Amino acid sequence: MSLLNRIRHSTGRLISVWHARNLEFVRDRSSLIFTIGMPFAIVVAMALIFGGPPRPLFKVGVLGTMPSAPEAYPFLKERYFQFVPQPDQASGIHFVSRSDLDLLLDLRQRPVRFWALEDSPKGYVAEKLLLQADPQAQHQPLAGSGSRYIDWLFPGILGMNMMFTCLMGAGYVVVRYRKNGFLKRLSATPVSAFEFLSAQVLSRLGLALLVSVILYSGVGTVIHFHNAGSNALLLLVAVLGCLSLIAFGLIIAARFASEELVGGMLNLLMWPMMLLSGIWFSLEGSPRWMQWLAQLLPLTHILQAARAVTLDGAGPAAIDMDLGYLAGTTLVFLGVGAFSFRWRAE
Amino acid sequence: MIIDSPLIQHPPGAAETALLRVENLVKRYADNTAVDGLSFAVREGTCFGLLGPNGAGKTTTIEIMEGILAPTSGSVLYRGAPLGERFRAEAGILFQKTALQDFLSVRQTLEMFRGLYDHGLPVAEVIRLCELEKLLDRDNRKLSGGQLQRLLLGVALVNDPAILFLDEPTTGLDPQARRRFWELVQSIKAQRKTVILTTHYMEEAQLLCDEIVIVDHGRIIASGEPHALLRQHFKAVLLEVPTADWTPAARELGLSFFEASGRVELTTNDLEGTLRSLMQSGISLAHLRIRPPNLEDLFLELTGKDLRA
Repeated sequence: MSLLNRIRHSTGRLISVWHARNLEFVRDRSSLIFTIGMPFAIVVAMALIFGGPPRPLFKVGVLGTMPSAPEAYPFLKERYFQFVPQPDQASGIHFVSRSDLDLLLDLRQRPVRFWALEDSPKGYVAEKLLLQADPQAQHQPLAGSGSRYIDWLFPGILGMNMMFTCLMGAGYVVVRYRKNGFLKRLSATPVSAFEFLSAQVLSRLGLALLVSVILYSGVGTVIHFHNAGSNALLLLVAVLGCLSLIAFGLIIAARFASEELVGGMLNLLMWPMMLLSGIWFSLEGSPRWMQWLAQLLPLTHILQAARAVTLDGAGPAAIDMDLGYLAGTTLVFLGVGAFSFRWRAE
Repeated sequence: MIIDSPLIQHPPGAAETALLRVENLVKRYADNTAVDGLSFAVREGTCFGLLGPNGAGKTTTIEIMEGILAPTSGSVLYRGAPLGERFRAEAGILFQKTALQDFLSVRQTLEMFRGLYDHGLPVAEVIRLCELEKLLDRDNRKLSGGQLQRLLLGVALVNDPAILFLDEPTTGLDPQARRRFWELVQSIKAQRKTVILTTHYMEEAQLLCDEIVIVDHGRIIASGEPHALLRQHFKAVLLEVPTADWTPAARELGLSFFEASGRVELTTNDLEGTLRSLMQSGISLAHLRIRPPNLEDLFLELTGKDLRA
């Protein structure tokens, strides 16, 4: 049989398994409702948190006692400002640095001191208004980026949801197939472990991308998320990221027939990524071993690439290492999964 | 009784037509030897029965023959070569237990499996063969036992197999569904396909099989054509009398008998003499039944009548 024929037949087998798997998923109502409903629930939750009536344009942290009469310090009378008392200078500066506050004001001494992110547009405007009201106020140096925290966080949320969808979905299905004997039946056909696993990966990829697009569009609209880079490049990051994560999960599912065991092992994979991949906070300043460990995790590269695109407007060349890592790990994970694959529960 | 015959004795030339050969097959587990040096050949175009009591090693044997399980030693050759790509493309298998994908209809299941093979029958032909026309849109999970077995037979036929494995295909089916399944297998046999069958139903084996091997404790204890085996092992006829009619006096006649399921079974080479003795001992012959021995008698004769664990 020629190579072309082999590829054609192999593709045909892959499509058959892929199509059947999609039908199975779509008809599993409870699973479908949960998986598709989840992003909508997140959209609603984010809308409740970040939507609602107009909010003050600027948030200013205040150190020291707030004067009972605003006339004591005229800047406090400015409209569209929210003044939030801060317990101490360190926490106030921390909030400014991650864009929770636009400005930190120290009223404990005269002349008044203030901190603002130099490259933050809102911080800049707030600073101008402050200096207009109090020309004696002294600017204190503070380094940091000018992006909103939500802009930094949002790719993390997307990545986390992607991780859950990819790792849990494909892994459990394979374990169930092995447990109920369906894999044993497939093993008596010409379909190979690589073809079978690839079909599972592609089936789950479609779902994970759909969920991610719903989240990106819905939450992005609600929080006025701005992608500084290319949406197509962001989609490429998502595709490669999903492939790598699904294949990662299939390594665990390749051998075992116990859902409980596989569930525990998948949790073992997920928690390090939850903590070390930078979903919630950056690992800047953490120990080198931790940063090195984080670099092994696919989610770290997904988030690094996604944030480079969305926050810095990075092009393909700037994230080629991350994309290469994701593509490479997909092949390695699939290869390892196919090699260690067991068709039957022993 | 152990027969140390390495291969079934076939007419001259049969070895050349063997589609599948099993040679010195051994399968050991940590605590037991399930298959202990089996050798036999399956001729092309025949129905071959692999029989044995529970735990005899027949499912292990058939799974090794199907390429699902690796033997500890020995080999299985398909068309003279080890099991490989060609075997998987040309073999149809109906496992003892098979799960299918949830939420798929009968038609979609057949189409999915058909998509796994480069060559095979059109799905419509499989549907016709297995009489699945009225079930095409039904969810797999909502099929009765007989309907599911017909679908699984269809799944085993989608690649138009040269060799078909049926591992206890009618276990759990009601008599009607079982007979309907037998008709399907006979129609497949009529196409000169090779069928390998394991079953607990000796009636099924006698009806469908051209050759059988009976295994026990992982070894062959009898092999050959069913009628030849019966001729070889039974010179006598069997008489059955209800236990209620079996008098104490009859027990003293010195006849060879066996009691089970409300009846007494006697084996004799002298029918007239036995009947005379029974009448003299006062036994009513109103419900007496005389029959030739069948495969079940042979099976029980060879494997014993005690319940297996």
